[in-house]
Amino acid sequence: MALDQSFVGRTYPPTSPYEVGREKIREFAEAIGDANPAYTDRGAAAELGHPDVIAPPTFVFAITFKAAGEVVRDPGLGLDYSRVVHGDQRFAYVRPVRAGDRLTVTSTIEAIKSLAGNDVLDIRGEVHDEAGEHVVTAWTKLVARAAEEA
Amino acid sequence: MAAGIAFADVEVGTELPPASFPVTRATLVRYAGASGDFNPIHWNERFAVEVGLPDVIAHGMFTMAEAARVVTDWLGDPGAVVEYGVRFTRPVVVPNDDEGAVIEVSGKVAALLDDKRVRVDLTATSAGQKVLGMARAVVQLA
Repeated sequence: MALDQSFVGRTYPPTSPYEVGREKIREFAEAIGDANPAYTDRGAAAELGHPDVIAPPTFVFAITFKAAGEVVRDPGLGLDYSRVVHGDQRFAYVRPVRAGDRLTVTSTIEAIKSLAGNDVLDIRGEVHDEAGEHVVTAWTKLVARAAEEA
Repeated sequence: MAAGIAFADVEVGTELPPASFPVTRATLVRYAGASGDFNPIHWNERFAVEVGLPDVIAHGMFTMAEAARVVTDWLGDPGAVVEYGVRFTRPVVVPNDDEGAVIEVSGKVAALLDDKRVRVDLTATSAGQKVLGMARAVVQLA
């Protein structure tokens, strides 16, 4: 089913703030088996010039993807989420996410395409901190596989 | 933030130390909890097969996180990653045994950029097949 093209360019309201916790960063770093001390040791992070422990580069996806979920579940868009797979992912960082950040995400639908019966949705998530400073942008490409390929 | 690697010490073709990352079902359960991604294709074989997959597969974002480690281990400072992107081309199939799967990652400097930045191109394979495409990071060197 083709998605409604009029949604291209639509921007959704910012999410309520997500507070980045030190122990959540530690849990994530342990889950990916990454012992880099910048993720768990404030002293080590400070030696690198960071005011608190920082998060691994892909940590922020949990926040931006949750925000993208509001786009995906927008009934007007007509996406069949049960058929969605993750196509591409890209991040551009102004600075690393760090403990204590209160982050909001503003999601925008950048493109909607139909390729070989698959619906392809490009969502951009702009992540800002409590001061309104830009922290990172995440681009997520979602592909809803054509139903007849089931 | 800058890394422990000096721009002057690298050239196009400089190889990053490669690494192998094992992934078992237990790894995926742990990553599901840490990331909040509880899609059953990453832990429930019955569900995975029902939706047409050969078996349980790793989260794409888990593979992306492991591939980044080759870059951040090289840099020392993960905060020196300026851009990072991948395409998920093939799933990492994780069988229900003690060995699971292995993700092999290598990387090399592909381009020298302005402001002491370089682009690193990554290759990630599992069971002999590439699992990521266009896996690239732009990093700030010292």
